[in-house]
Amino acid sequence: MRVIFPVCAVVAVILGMWYVACVPMNIHTTLTDAERAGIAVTPEGAKVRRNEGAVSLALRNTHVWGETFAQAKPRLPAPHQVVAELWETTALKKVTSKRALVFHGWITLSATLLGFGIGSVAGILLAIGIVHSRAMEMSVMPWAIASQTIPILAIAPMIIVVLNSIGLQGLIPKAIISAYLSFFPVVVGMVKGLRSPTAMQLDQMRTWNAGSSQTFWVLRMPASVPYLFASLKIGIAASLVGAIVGELPTGAIRGLGARLLTGSYYGQTIQIWSALFATAILAAALVAIISWFERFTLKRMGVGR
Amino acid sequence: MTAIPVISAKGLDLTFPTNDGPVHALKGVDLDIGKGEFVSFIGPSGCGKTTFLRCIAALEQPTGGDLTVNGMTPEDARLARAYGYVFQAAGLYPWRTIAGNIRLPLEIMGFAKDEQKKRVEKVLELVDLAGFGGKFPWQLSGGMQQRASIARALSFDADILLMDEPFGALDEIVRDHLNEELLKLWARTGKTIGFVTHSIPEAVYLSTKIVVMSPRPGRITDIIESPLPKDRPLDIRDSSEFLAIAHRVREGLRAGHAYD
Repeated sequence: MRVIFPVCAVVAVILGMWYVACVPMNIHTTLTDAERAGIAVTPEGAKVRRNEGAVSLALRNTHVWGETFAQAKPRLPAPHQVVAELWETTALKKVTSKRALVFHGWITLSATLLGFGIGSVAGILLAIGIVHSRAMEMSVMPWAIASQTIPILAIAPMIIVVLNSIGLQGLIPKAIISAYLSFFPVVVGMVKGLRSPTAMQLDQMRTWNAGSSQTFWVLRMPASVPYLFASLKIGIAASLVGAIVGELPTGAIRGLGARLLTGSYYGQTIQIWSALFATAILAAALVAIISWFERFTLKRMGVGR
Repeated sequence: MTAIPVISAKGLDLTFPTNDGPVHALKGVDLDIGKGEFVSFIGPSGCGKTTFLRCIAALEQPTGGDLTVNGMTPEDARLARAYGYVFQAAGLYPWRTIAGNIRLPLEIMGFAKDEQKKRVEKVLELVDLAGFGGKFPWQLSGGMQQRASIARALSFDADILLMDEPFGALDEIVRDHLNEELLKLWARTGKTIGFVTHSIPEAVYLSTKIVVMSPRPGRITDIIESPLPKDRPLDIRDSSEFLAIAHRVREGLRAGHAYD
């Protein structure tokens, strides 16, 4: 109970601020609609109101506030509009429908998971190489860091174009962009994890004449597991972002990225917001699944209590 | 004591290069340790006692002089599994059970599965931890963890046991108890033990030979052959003989600090 109250309080504050923001954000279009419907508003005339501040308009027309939460194409949709759209496009549509968020979510999720798999395996392998070879560290690490300084929005279209020229379309290019974003946290976390054994533990291994592969399997690998999971959580969220970004430059018609794109073409702000929320919920679910695996694994290892 | 020493150092030097010039961690160390002896190394920080132990274990390379372990170079002796090493921290792997931890060196050395099992049980009994094999390290007290770490060092049956302040992090009561246990273990197994400590009573109580060392450069200032009998109850520490040895150790330590 001590936790539930603050959590609810934070959610309530966010929702409250959101509703309050809806009024001035949507007041111009609301007043135009109201005037057309024959309701008295101050001042009259859309042209006159265009130069008026949103807050002062809102304060002078308190009687239309309710309408600001019910616009068809609001600048800022109200929370309940987003929830209604989410409900309609997930629960009430067949999952195979082009208008179903579940359908689009699955398109993006499949690219995310494939990319996450590629990125994680690549990250782990790179980390193993880096820990065992100074030359590898010097030659690979700078490139890995440089790769992350390039904005993904800039490089994603090029990856799509290059892969398209060799006949790869759809899932694979998106997965590669996902992998591009997710391998880095895995490399960094795994290098740290594989190096986490203390000098004493390594000396101990030497007193038993353990070879470097024995030290790796018996000591370094198990010691790195907690670090790996921390990295995987960051990696999977980054993978999802990568998959969505990969959907934008192609003008894709499927996937959460495509929902964002078509929403912005047609001014369907409610659709954009519902796609954003679907993305956030998906990311949270993916991270939660990894957290569950983490608890399960650490418990089995005897490390978690 | 015996004709062929198990560990023999002659004019052993070890110099570390540092930014402020070379540091003489060990200088002209001469020492013979016979089979079955219990040798304590005592001295202030920086006197080279741990460094000397690490040289025996081939974890450090001496820069001069001779050092043999079982008549071999330390490196060869390690390959021949001549010693077990107990570090100050128990260093048990949290993801392995106590039995799993003790089995670790046996797995690395390639012992057969049933042999591993037999040995684990034997050493668990030896350190009085029978029945705790299935527990995880965090379920055991610090003293029990350190006993498990001693069991691990004993598991592959090396003749020499090197211990680097193994009880340094434990409280006095637990330490007394473990000292007593260690003496029993030594009597039962007849191993040669090299034991680094900060504590004068611990050194006097345990050892057949006490090596007093002093720093800058790290060197031996006194070697005391203990006249105490092999069978030592805890209250031997109140005997006049015990106090006389402790006094001599203290004098040796003070002499090494004469320049302070």
